[in-house]
Amino acid sequence: MWCGAVSYSDALELQMRICNLKKLGFQDDVLLLLEHPPTITLGRNAHADNLLVSEERLKTLGVALWNVDRGGDITFHGPGQLVGYPLLSLGPGERDVHGYMRNLEESLIRLLAGYGIEGARNSGFTGVWTGRGKIAAMGVHLSRWITRHGFALNVSTDLSYYNLIVPCGIVGKGVTSVERLIGRAPELSEVAERYIFEFGSVFGRIMVQKSRRELSAELLNFERAQEQVAISTPH
Amino acid sequence: MTIKVTMPQMGESIFEGTITKWLKKVGDRVVRDEPLFEISTDKVDSEIPSPASGVLSQILVPEGKTVQINTVLAIINGAGAEEKDESMFHSGDVAAQEIPEEEPPAKPEPVPEAEEPPPPREAPKPSEVATGIQAQDIRTSPLVRRLAREHNIDLSRIQGTGLEGRITKEDVLNYLERIEAPPRAEERVAPTPPSAPAPPQPEPVTFAGESEVVPMTPMRKAIAEHMVASKRTSAHVHTIFEIDMTPIVNLRQKHKSDFERREGVPLTYSPFFAKALVDNVREFPVFNASVSGDEIVYKKPVNLGIAVALDTGLIVPVIKNAHLKSLTGLAVAMYDLAERARSKRLKPDDVQNGTISMTNPGSFGALFGTPIISQPQVAILGVGGIEKRPVVINDAIAIRSMVYLSLAFDHRVIDGAVADQFMARLKERLQSWTSWID
Repeated sequence: MWCGAVSYSDALELQMRICNLKKLGFQDDVLLLLEHPPTITLGRNAHADNLLVSEERLKTLGVALWNVDRGGDITFHGPGQLVGYPLLSLGPGERDVHGYMRNLEESLIRLLAGYGIEGARNSGFTGVWTGRGKIAAMGVHLSRWITRHGFALNVSTDLSYYNLIVPCGIVGKGVTSVERLIGRAPELSEVAERYIFEFGSVFGRIMVQKSRRELSAELLNFERAQEQVAISTPH
Repeated sequence: MTIKVTMPQMGESIFEGTITKWLKKVGDRVVRDEPLFEISTDKVDSEIPSPASGVLSQILVPEGKTVQINTVLAIINGAGAEEKDESMFHSGDVAAQEIPEEEPPAKPEPVPEAEEPPPPREAPKPSEVATGIQAQDIRTSPLVRRLAREHNIDLSRIQGTGLEGRITKEDVLNYLERIEAPPRAEERVAPTPPSAPAPPQPEPVTFAGESEVVPMTPMRKAIAEHMVASKRTSAHVHTIFEIDMTPIVNLRQKHKSDFERREGVPLTYSPFFAKALVDNVREFPVFNASVSGDEIVYKKPVNLGIAVALDTGLIVPVIKNAHLKSLTGLAVAMYDLAERARSKRLKPDDVQNGTISMTNPGSFGALFGTPIISQPQVAILGVGGIEKRPVVINDAIAIRSMVYLSLAFDHRVIDGAVADQFMARLKERLQSWTSWID
């Protein structure tokens, strides 16, 4: 589902809501695709020294800062970057952390191939790499094999923001974007469309487009049904 | 009484993990399945639930430390008098298995697992450890017990070579080799039946002289098991309606040669029934559901199963997302699936995940049939033979093409009134089909 521009906190809230409902039995897996305003996030493996400037400086620059419960170190999100949060209930054959990350990388590699970019894995460094640096970062959280957070793909991101951090805590390797590599900046909504197809292929799921409103309605219905059950079930 | 919390294995090739956060402190009460700690593997932060309830008495590995899988990370002082086994990490779920103190005499409970079981939240009750063993005499782990159950082995026959006479996985596998267990049923081509621990086998009866004993083919075995299991599972009720097919007969007559020329496949009556059925199911969503324990699982896409008779048996390939297909789309899909079914070119995906099915007992001359529901669906529509019959219309006798439709439905979730409303609406759709609607 392409959400357009969403603040980081709103996205967090939506993810938590969907995943909590999933724990209660909400059937659908959801792929959220969106764009964040300038935000730096610190994952569970983050080292504070990987933030190269002070918090005040970030405030002046209008960059938000968040500590999040995903794996991975520090990274940047911003306009021009396609952010994907697959919220999946991993099924019996899928409950393998490595497998999931490799699949996520695969879906991105295939997407990039469609733009003539050769993306590759770099063993030991999760994410999607090109000859000119890292193009997609990944960081995930699992709870009862339900996935949260996901990936960030630089399409036409302003890469100068990365000077504020040591991206993913990896010194010495640069970052790049689709725009840098092919000389033009495709619309994020178009990239999202293509990604939906690749995701469906790699993860073996039928993708159904939903508007934000439809999803909200479904979540609300489910929540209401849960309340009914809770009320009518004596404890 | 003490339960060890160990580092789980988060994937086949993952052999270590790093504790990133303890969500509880020493001395805290913990509840089974409540998030206890978080670990990090490969940029994935996973929340791990507590294997048991009790009090967190010791934390042995601090935050930030990386350890091998199965390393003991903490100790929980469990409540309850039962002896608890080591917590075992098992395909994503941390579960503490209890060794029951007393085992009732062997009576394996056939517990048919629904095809989409909810994630197991309780430890299996003592009656589910169903291999007739005196549990207090034998030390095993849940993995071993499961192995034994799957292969129908009496664990009391195996000599344990593990610690304190424990029966290990190797012991079970060696035992299996020695007794040369017969191969289990081959891959099921028919809609996958729910797997149940085999009920006690009666002694095979052998005749001599006047009869011939022929072992069942794997397909036949699969069909036999599925049919019986289905009858045992669903509360089968049938309702039969008579439909005037004259408008559709005329429509088909008018369009069939053009259709065949355009699409390259013949236009039979089946796509008309299929389209009407699928549209009807969208109006009555309970027909596209499944029963899971105490819950009704409503499925969104309509994946229509079409029963195809083969010379070796029967198979039900599925048209996925039939609700998104037009009449033409359904006709083409049905033709393709039937062709591939007969030439044995179906893929496993073609026979899985059906949500409702259709069968055609009329094709061999029956007036109507009483089909068996294909689990885990809740209904199946049987289409009889279309025949010209004299009927009364406006107090006069007319000759019309008539058909009997029989609907088998699961009375656990569909009541007679609902089924009849469904059929009445289906009848309305079919009888009012006077112009080409694709």
